[in-house]
Amino acid sequence: MQSPYDLMVILLVLLNFRLLGASQLGACVNTVAVQALLIGLLALLTPGVSWNWMTLMVVFVTLIKAVVLPALVRRAMRETGVVQEIEPFVGYTFSILIGTGMLVLSFLAVRPLQVPLDGAAQVLVPVTLFTMLTGLFLIVARRKAITQVLGFLTMENSIYLFGVAFAIQESWLVQTGVLLDVFAAVFVMGIMIHHINREFDNIDTDRLSNLRD
Amino acid sequence: MIYSLLFVFLALAFAPFLMSVINRTKAFFGGRSGPALLQPYYDLVKLLRKGAVYSRTVSWIFHTAPSVEVAAVLAALAVTPLGGIPALLAFPGDLLFLVYVLGLMRFCVVIAALDTGSAFEGMGASREVQFSALAEVALLVGLAAVAAKVHAVGLSDMCREAWAGGMFGENGVTMLLVSASLLVVLLAENSRIPVDDPNTHLELTMIHEVMILDYGGVDLALIEYAAAVKFWVLGSLLVSMALPFRGTSQIGNLAAGLGGLLVLALVVGCIESVMARLRLVRVPQLLVVAGVLSFLALFNVMR
Amino acid sequence: MTAMFLSFFVLGAGALGTALAGRTRVGRIGPFAAVIGAASSAVACLQFLLKGAGWDLILPWHVPMGSFHIGMDALSALFVLLISLVGALGAIYGRGYLGHDPEKGRVAMSWCWYNLLVASMLLVAVARDGFLFLVAWEVMSLSSFFLVMFDHQKDEVVRAGWIYLVATHIGTAFLLVMFLLLGHDGGLDFARLSASGPVASVVFCAALIGFGTKAGFVPLHVWLPEAHPAAPSHVSALMSGVMIKTGIYGILRVLIFLGEPVSWWGWALVVIGVVSGVTGVLFALAQHDLKRLLAYHSVENIGIIALGLGIGLLGVTAGNPLMATLGFCGGLMHVINHGLFKSLLFLGAGSVLHATGSREMDHMGGLIKRMPVTGATFLVGAAAICALPPLNGFVSEFLIYSAGFTGMSSGTAVWSGLAAIAGLALIGGLALACFTKALGIVFLGEPRSEPAAEAQESPLSMQWPMMALAILCMAAGLAAPWMVRLVMPVAAQLAPAAVNLGAVAASQEMLFRISLASLILISLAGAVFWLRARLLRHRSVRESVTWDCGYAAPSVRMQYTSSSYAQPIVEMFGLVLRTRRELEPPEGLFPTKATLHTHTEDLFVRGAYGPAVRLISRMADRFRWLQQGRINLYILYIVITILLLFLVCLR
Repeated sequence: MQSPYDLMVILLVLLNFRLLGASQLGACVNTVAVQALLIGLLALLTPGVSWNWMTLMVVFVTLIKAVVLPALVRRAMRETGVVQEIEPFVGYTFSILIGTGMLVLSFLAVRPLQVPLDGAAQVLVPVTLFTMLTGLFLIVARRKAITQVLGFLTMENSIYLFGVAFAIQESWLVQTGVLLDVFAAVFVMGIMIHHINREFDNIDTDRLSNLRD
Repeated sequence: MIYSLLFVFLALAFAPFLMSVINRTKAFFGGRSGPALLQPYYDLVKLLRKGAVYSRTVSWIFHTAPSVEVAAVLAALAVTPLGGIPALLAFPGDLLFLVYVLGLMRFCVVIAALDTGSAFEGMGASREVQFSALAEVALLVGLAAVAAKVHAVGLSDMCREAWAGGMFGENGVTMLLVSASLLVVLLAENSRIPVDDPNTHLELTMIHEVMILDYGGVDLALIEYAAAVKFWVLGSLLVSMALPFRGTSQIGNLAAGLGGLLVLALVVGCIESVMARLRLVRVPQLLVVAGVLSFLALFNVMR
Repeated sequence: MTAMFLSFFVLGAGALGTALAGRTRVGRIGPFAAVIGAASSAVACLQFLLKGAGWDLILPWHVPMGSFHIGMDALSALFVLLISLVGALGAIYGRGYLGHDPEKGRVAMSWCWYNLLVASMLLVAVARDGFLFLVAWEVMSLSSFFLVMFDHQKDEVVRAGWIYLVATHIGTAFLLVMFLLLGHDGGLDFARLSASGPVASVVFCAALIGFGTKAGFVPLHVWLPEAHPAAPSHVSALMSGVMIKTGIYGILRVLIFLGEPVSWWGWALVVIGVVSGVTGVLFALAQHDLKRLLAYHSVENIGIIALGLGIGLLGVTAGNPLMATLGFCGGLMHVINHGLFKSLLFLGAGSVLHATGSREMDHMGGLIKRMPVTGATFLVGAAAICALPPLNGFVSEFLIYSAGFTGMSSGTAVWSGLAAIAGLALIGGLALACFTKALGIVFLGEPRSEPAAEAQESPLSMQWPMMALAILCMAAGLAAPWMVRLVMPVAAQLAPAAVNLGAVAASQEMLFRISLASLILISLAGAVFWLRARLLRHRSVRESVTWDCGYAAPSVRMQYTSSSYAQPIVEMFGLVLRTRRELEPPEGLFPTKATLHTHTEDLFVRGAYGPAVRLISRMADRFRWLQQGRINLYILYIVITILLLFLVCLR
């Protein structure tokens, strides 16, 4: 093995592809949770991090993202009784091919940036970008409100990963801020989903267009 | 050279045995005792002693196809290495010969199926060509990634380097990705779960089995044998990429390689036991994922 | 040299003779002249290939521009060989194919144009002067246009003819520009043509469009799937197997003028190659007209050729001699190989059309039993176009693949190598799907219609050319190491710096191994077949029905059709193909009538050319007042134009 670090980065990329290709909501939620866990592990493994209260912070954040937020999403799914099938606007196979394109694009986009990082961490930047694009793609190309929440969570993961890439000490403040945002967002979306469901018996955001005059 | 020859003989003798290992593994998961370990051989002998019944619709193509299939897969075997053991006939670019000779085998199976004029067999043929077109891309891009990694264009050189560098060496991640991709290709090309179920009893759901419905006797024996050797050929490639071994002696290399093939058969048996087959519309997606894995492997080499 | 002139003379005389002679003899004069002419040009190029003596000749010519300058070198010889081979075999086939046509008049004219077409293609290949080249090019376009219009009573044929005429003239316009850019101090003699810097790139683009239209690069291919099915089959074979290759010849010739290549030229060819290849094979899959399917496959194979040449160019710019040699040799070998198997397939399709009167694949079936020679030779062609060993298609694709792998393993051209490998792999897999469909639906199974059930084998004069081509396909596959000597001098001509002895020896060594492996394959197949026959010799071999789940009354309409066979793939690539389907599903407990029609229109016709043509014709409507139908008015226009030109020149 080149290093467990490399393997984890590749795994992260593969998880993104799993998100793009999965047809079941439950699988998507699990993938996002595993992704958060993996990024937490990466943060702990990053060279130069000493064991102090920062470690606790990382563990805490990871737990929220890998356990609490997915649990909230699952509860929303349960309460609204949403159908597991994802109903994509863009087919799964085509999504995966687009994902490949996004990956190449991320690497090409980062190349001229001269990232001030050494060795293993350098690869994290394009992967961050790729994860963010994946999140955006999920928001755009999927029909259900739940997948949009998941896309949002994926994007949050990517921002966290960006923090990891640039040594965790300097970015924890930003990180916590973002986390709070997302936390609020998930709550709001949860409530929204609940209400949309109650009004329309359905959570396809597609059908919201019926509301226009 | 002597070991290459030995490898070919072992393949010819033990290819059906791997099928038996898979079946026994499945039986173990199912809590059955399963067929005898030599059952595939009994079947082959039984079939070889029979006469034949042909459809009135078929032409000479149907009669010739099984022989060409066997010849094609044997020619593929001649260029197949196993880890440190080079192929009997190794030359730069032999991987293309391997891939296209397997293509010839597929061509024969498919046109023989269409020769019967049966709707079932046409359906199987149609699925076969669809899936294999995608599997071929994954296979060739995966091999290209290995070629780029170890700087060689001969299959034997590639496998030797990959085998020695191995998944736990510096080639690590690339080999892991290529192996994952090759595993999918192996399952698809050999019509195993999750792409096709070799044990299914409904013509409408079959792929490989339905194409050979009208064969019996000697011809069926040839086809079954060719299928077993095909599994061995693709399995050898996968083992060379996936299971690293730094052998000092050729005999050790050969033993390790054969062990690897046994492990592969066990793994395939486990996959067949714990997975259901995919819906047909999802199979192309799986194969595209295999292609993406191959591409990622290449990307990992070149980035 | 003498043989070449003899060839032009015989072909010209043949054209004149068929046009003037009485209508009774033309059935013999036309093909006879074509065969003799093609044979003598074959002698001319064999003289070069065996003795290696090139020649160059300038004749006095009383036309103000240019001179009658012709010559023979490795590149010309390669194409002359292909033209004469397919030209002669097509003529023999055509004699049987047109033999029973009741309208002797149009048969006579078609032989006139056929002779002219062969002659003009030969002239294109040996011309050494820009003006002469353009004249020959134009004659070639016009004679093939008239050949396409053979069935001019049918609306679709007329439409196809006009599309072809427009397309080819747009191409010629670009060629005109190209030659003007290449020429210096007024002369267009090939020896003096050159360009450098940005001009060279502009010339390359013009060549790519001008010659690409003839060759059928996507998106300039739209005339191809219209014109090839419309023409008589031996003409389709000649057009598809040979004439579109003159576009490739032109590009190669221009590359020699331009000298040192730039890497984006290679990339352009690679991208064009992959796009043409994949688009071609996908649209071929969606067709159910046999000849249209073959026409789309020509687009695919031209893509493969372009891919090989592009990889070769990239090998030159990346400084990788082996990659350059393999790429160029692969592309050039594919020119020859495609010429052989595509002509074979078109002749086979013609034979089927002759026997059943239909090109609709879903009306056929079981023809291999009724037409054994056509079926067996079509099988060889289908296996060859799928690039299956031991046939010739495999060898050329093997070389192109190897070029990609060489670029990849040496790290000099990884991404272009990947494009070549992934592109070829996808094309190969889909081509296999497409030709198992063509072969399986047309020749195998049970006949789906009355004419198919009563079909009879074509006359001997049609069988011989098919057999000859099938044997050539097999021979060219096994004799690849010697075949490659044909194209190696051309590769050296294209990239004198890159193609060196080491690279040549390495690629020849690979091909020897391939031939050895192919021989092993063939002998193994023979041995196994013998073993099987032996085992079955004294056993009971019975006949029964095809397994149908015990259903007692199967009908031929229950067989898989071409549309159903291709449906999964067509669905998978629905985004590109956009197949239109009109479905009337069966309804009720006892459904009586149900229909399904599918139609796949060309992506570029629907998306680009259609709208463009509509826009232009709307704009042209505004100028309708110019057209009054009075000749004196038109002469006035001409006079005014000339006066204006005078004024411009005087200033």
